[in-house]
Amino acid sequence: MARLRGHNFVVANLLMGPTMLWLVLFLILPLGVILVYSFGSRGTYGDVILGFSFDNYLRAFNPTWLPIILRSFGFAAVATILTLLLGYPLAYFIAVYGGRRKNIYLIMVMLPFWTSYLIRTYSWIVILRSQGVINTVLMWTHLTSNPIEILNTPYSVILGLTYGFLPFMTLPLYASLEKLDKSLIEAAWDLGATRFWALMKVTIPLSLPGIIAGTLLTFIPAVGDFITPDLLGGPNTMMIGNLIQQQFLSARDWAYGSALSFSLMAILLLGIFFYVRKAGAENLA
Amino acid sequence: MSPSTSSSTTTTGAVARRRKPRDQRIKGKGLRAYVAGVYAFLFAPIVVLVLFSFNDSKRNATWKGFTLKWYDALFHDQPVLDSLWLTLRVAIIATIIATVFGSFAAYALTRYKFRGSGLYNGAIYVPLVIPEIVFAVALLSGFNAASVGLSMKTVIISHVAFMVSFVIVVVKARMSGFDNALEEAAMDLGANEIQTFVYVTLPFMLPGIMAGALLAFVLSFDDFVITFFNSGVGNTTLPLKVYSMVKFGVTPEINAISVFMLLVSILMVLASYKLQGGPPTVVVKDKIKE
Amino acid sequence: MKRLDKELRVMVVDGLGGPMTRRGFIKRAGAAGLLVGASGFLAACGGGETTTTTAAGGGGGELAKELYFYNWSDYIAEETIPTFQDEFGVKVVYDNYSSNDTLLAKLQSGATGYDIIVPTDYMITTMLGLDLLQEIDLANVPNVANLYQRFREAPFDPGNKYSIPWQWGTTGIGYNSVKVPDFKPSWDMLWDEKYKGKITMMNEIRDVFAVALFRLGYSPNTIDPKEIEEAKQMLIAQKPVLKHYTSDTYIDELASEDSWLSHGWSGDVLQAQMENEAVLYAVPEEGSLTWVDCMCIPKGAPSKYTAEVFMNYIQQPEVAAGITNYVYYASPNEKAEEFILPEILDDPQIYPPQEVMDKLTFLEELGTDTELYNAAYQELRAS
Repeated sequence: MARLRGHNFVVANLLMGPTMLWLVLFLILPLGVILVYSFGSRGTYGDVILGFSFDNYLRAFNPTWLPIILRSFGFAAVATILTLLLGYPLAYFIAVYGGRRKNIYLIMVMLPFWTSYLIRTYSWIVILRSQGVINTVLMWTHLTSNPIEILNTPYSVILGLTYGFLPFMTLPLYASLEKLDKSLIEAAWDLGATRFWALMKVTIPLSLPGIIAGTLLTFIPAVGDFITPDLLGGPNTMMIGNLIQQQFLSARDWAYGSALSFSLMAILLLGIFFYVRKAGAENLA
Repeated sequence: MSPSTSSSTTTTGAVARRRKPRDQRIKGKGLRAYVAGVYAFLFAPIVVLVLFSFNDSKRNATWKGFTLKWYDALFHDQPVLDSLWLTLRVAIIATIIATVFGSFAAYALTRYKFRGSGLYNGAIYVPLVIPEIVFAVALLSGFNAASVGLSMKTVIISHVAFMVSFVIVVVKARMSGFDNALEEAAMDLGANEIQTFVYVTLPFMLPGIMAGALLAFVLSFDDFVITFFNSGVGNTTLPLKVYSMVKFGVTPEINAISVFMLLVSILMVLASYKLQGGPPTVVVKDKIKE
Repeated sequence: MKRLDKELRVMVVDGLGGPMTRRGFIKRAGAAGLLVGASGFLAACGGGETTTTTAAGGGGGELAKELYFYNWSDYIAEETIPTFQDEFGVKVVYDNYSSNDTLLAKLQSGATGYDIIVPTDYMITTMLGLDLLQEIDLANVPNVANLYQRFREAPFDPGNKYSIPWQWGTTGIGYNSVKVPDFKPSWDMLWDEKYKGKITMMNEIRDVFAVALFRLGYSPNTIDPKEIEEAKQMLIAQKPVLKHYTSDTYIDELASEDSWLSHGWSGDVLQAQMENEAVLYAVPEEGSLTWVDCMCIPKGAPSKYTAEVFMNYIQQPEVAAGITNYVYYASPNEKAEEFILPEILDDPQIYPPQEVMDKLTFLEELGTDTELYNAAYQELRAS
């Protein structure tokens, strides 16, 4: 796929140029400031005293925080798997059966997200709470006699994450599935494969880039999400996004917050590196 | 989309005439039902949202009765309308910039292997892994250090910074597996590089670009943290307005705005569909007929 | 002129923090329009953008064209800003925030552009420590004399050198009188097993610990690690009965009866009360916090003098009373009492009786010792 095109080195850099410039100016440089902070310490009133110490990083790996980090990764992983289970058939349907209405189906996936995030979450609260829609229906049909507490549990947080990131999984999957040469699948059918087999051996491997992209774009932001656990969560669902958020706001310990962030970022970047490698790096160059 | 070879047409034709085994037909219906279920999941809170826009209560908590007053309020509420308009402007501009830059970058990264591409590939994941508040504070500190005043421009700049990576990842997923042979064939037939790009590569990339753009738009439209920190005086976007209302009650007026947005989006989609009399992209692939 | 009209309309609606009926709006817009037209005309005649004020005495200066006011959402009366604009011919650009912390973080990162911000008391100490505020020229704010004495010598800013109070309130428990018939005004209620899953606590580090510290009989501003540890253990023991930690959704939850006992701020609980009559507010007898939000001028404010004029205007008795009559918090302005609605003045939920007032404390900024609380809170949330 990617062949060495020596003389087009210039072209490649020209194409990458704007993006890279933007990222360097508005991302790498500002991050440098934060990196410097992470080696500092907290001043009396919450300002950052510059220094050079690894204290904050040592604190970041304090065993007390381990539950929070593990929980974040856990929730995000479950949500990612759920979005995959929901999003793959959806993307498949749109790409393969969408036909002329393909783009409409796609936009319908995004439509709910052209509303306010907060209102959508409030609406979920209305649905999930003890006198909400779900419980009202369950009681009315006598399936349960007492309301089920769905809200303010880990389940509601995972539900919220799954819902919020469904498009982030579906769209890359669609982009990848859409270019699938249907004749390959049909050929498999002709050769006697069941649909399931064709799916496993043909479709999924060919859409792997989409799966990789989708899982990355879902898992990573989900780990750092803080609004969903805040609004839908219970007393024990604090995630690492909340912890970091707090350092910059109520705790006013930017130095520590910076160290936490960079630790998290390092773990994630490492994870991405190995994940992409293992899952077929050639596809993503 | 890559042009399909002629053989696929005949294959499809041949397949269409053959009756599908039972399990495949049932699974087909199963897929449709499953997908309908997913859409229901997607729209469940939206149904509630729309319903509560008619709620006769200052808050979103309990249903108190039917009223249209929030829509009335909405159309007289200039600040909220202004914030909606600002949010749209920012989102559209930022999406265009991010999509263009991101698509170029994705193209470069998948088509060319060059020194430094490994580094670039790594760099694009950085915006994804940064927690939002860190990004927000870092940007603001950066603007401050450079004595750049906060304004709508800084909001757009901030948005593009985190949106572009999403676009790149999506378009790259699309581009992987792109067969160079197609480009070479075009060039062999006499097309120059630009023509090849426009008539061969770009159409192939288009669904990926569109998917990336849709995602990017939503990211910008809904963003709160980064926008809060990097907007100037008076640049209140809709999320900022809504979040500032959280303390004292998010009135159903915000539901009304959301409904309004939904209606406008639906109308735009219908309009564009009618105008083009069909799909915007050239269909050269057959769909599997059930 | 046209621009002024538009801005007026903007400010009228925004000042409401909510919708208006069409008739009300037209009436007001019409009346206000006349006033604005008149004053705008006068201002234009008067040689452009500057007018001197008659209300303030010394100091003096030129009024700016625009004032940038950054306040909590829905924390102002409908007529407050429009009347100011009429009287002084200054356009007010009104933005909102909903948390002290985000306000601070934004200022700390260097954002300027606002003339007036309205932080809460302990945040003022922090901002002073970080050198983010400007000293107020009280000669331009003679109405500061209208304040109750205790707000003139508040621990966080004696002499009102940096802050002029806006509204004050208390922290306590919002409860559902029907669902919790055995309610006693005590923090113990928030640990009551009977109401498991229907109790919420605030998502604020200091406030949460203050509750446990009051219950243990300690000061909410203690820096004794043993006392803080005790409080932490007590809070950890509370977690099983909690629905969750929240600083804002409890309003809706009280109203919809998803929560029956919520740790909350006075005005917030009263908001819930307006939706659901069964919701009442009480200050626990072990003691609780009182707080006051104050107007301050951040460093780098473009129009300091105009800000001071605005602050002076706010402390006119009728204006201060107007705000209270709308937002249902208490006014720090003593002279405003004669203009405040009697049902507010007599409501112990808003103006607690003296014996309750005696048990109220302000939160203090603790400097480096805050880290004790930070660490303890995180251990609490992580457990």
